[in-house]
Amino acid sequence: MVQEAVVAVIRRKMASPSGTVRKLPARFIFACFVLGLAAWQAFAAVLPQDRSDAMYHSYQGGGMSIDGPSILLRKKIGNHVSVSANYYVDTISGASIDVLATASPYAEERTENSVGVDFLHNKTLMSLNYTTSSENDFEAKSIHFGVSQDFFGDLTTLTLGYSKGNDEVGKTGDDSFLELAERQNYQLGITQVITKNMIIGLSVENISDQGYLNNPYRSVRFLDATSARGYRFETEVYPNTRRSNAAAITANYYLPYRASVYGEAKMFSDSWGIEANTVKLGYIHTFGEDWIVELRARHYQQDKADFYQDLYTRSAEFNFRARDKEMSTFNNLSLGVSLTYEFQFSAANFFKKSTINLDFDHVNYDYDDFRDVLAIDVPVGAEPLYAFSANITRLYVSLFY
Amino acid sequence: MKAIKANPLRSLLLIMAFMTSMLTSGCSSTFEPWVKPYERDNLADPIMSMNRNPVSMSYTHHANQAREGARGAEGGAGGGCGCN
Repeated sequence: MVQEAVVAVIRRKMASPSGTVRKLPARFIFACFVLGLAAWQAFAAVLPQDRSDAMYHSYQGGGMSIDGPSILLRKKIGNHVSVSANYYVDTISGASIDVLATASPYAEERTENSVGVDFLHNKTLMSLNYTTSSENDFEAKSIHFGVSQDFFGDLTTLTLGYSKGNDEVGKTGDDSFLELAERQNYQLGITQVITKNMIIGLSVENISDQGYLNNPYRSVRFLDATSARGYRFETEVYPNTRRSNAAAITANYYLPYRASVYGEAKMFSDSWGIEANTVKLGYIHTFGEDWIVELRARHYQQDKADFYQDLYTRSAEFNFRARDKEMSTFNNLSLGVSLTYEFQFSAANFFKKSTINLDFDHVNYDYDDFRDVLAIDVPVGAEPLYAFSANITRLYVSLFY
Repeated sequence: MKAIKANPLRSLLLIMAFMTSMLTSGCSSTFEPWVKPYERDNLADPIMSMNRNPVSMSYTHHANQAREGARGAEGGAGGGCGCN
């Protein structure tokens, strides 16, 4: 009933002339991380392997620098229970084009902690995770429950997941500003063994949001002949509901010489009018027993939210308005490589093996209707389209025991 | 603009009912798999898992979704062969 009510609200909003919606990406950093961690441990009715990972991550691009550590610990207790804990930090500095256009460069930090427990009973694996994320102007809590079951001679694995998250959104410099939002995720995954060399997977996810979905710092621009630049900025206004559906199909194929290829295709659409497609291809090659090399390419394309506009003709032109480049029409192409060196310990050692890993991706973002307002001596609305590139690096050590 | 017709909660309940019936019927114990357990060495190799490095994978999803409008369905393939 609640779901139907949300749909009814969305439909009413979409029926209005300005009708549309959408949120900002920063808050989904949290949700995505929770789901990512939850997903990997839910896709098989066996307890996850005991391991510890220590990672340094770095994102450099678009004027932003984001880096920090991530530590994961996982250990079985007996034959039926596995517990895990993850500590993650984002240290953010620099200034994206959004910040340069309307505000000053800044620095901040986000800390995320999560704990989880997995319980295995026959061919059923149940997982429970609790995660918190904290920034100076943003607090989030999320809980995830998943159940995974093997069928048909263990050739098929079915996974169900449910998550619920709550956000508290603040605003630096305005102590009285406090808004709330909540989110629910429904997940379904199926993996199927096709042959002794091939697995395919299908996953679908429905996410619904309600509450304050704006970024309190982002602005839209509108024409104003009285301004020196010919335009001014004002606060964005998003609808307070959003509902999205995503479906992905994956395939992994084992080649005759201990190598594999994989592919992924994903479709996405939401009640804000965003439609997106993702295609990913990868090749994994081994050299002897110790080295694993992976090459990959990923292409992402999306159409803008219905209420997105680079330039409005006047202030408060529509009820809902946004100029987040993440909501515009754009595409990106990512090329990446991973190197893994693996070494085994002696059989008597508590540690079984260890790996040292380096992952690197270079991404080019090209926007179709988001203009670079930092360009000078250009008529309003005729600025060059924005584009930027980023380098994403992960360096980590994994210990298996 | 597309109307969303599917009710995910109802779908999940149906699937859970299906899972329960499978569990209670003992179907999985009588099924003859076309890929035998002893033929799953290749499937169990870490290079066949999209999730072989979970910390890095989670971070990559996080980095992408922070800059893209799409979200969800990040599970990827893995497992399903009862081999670990």
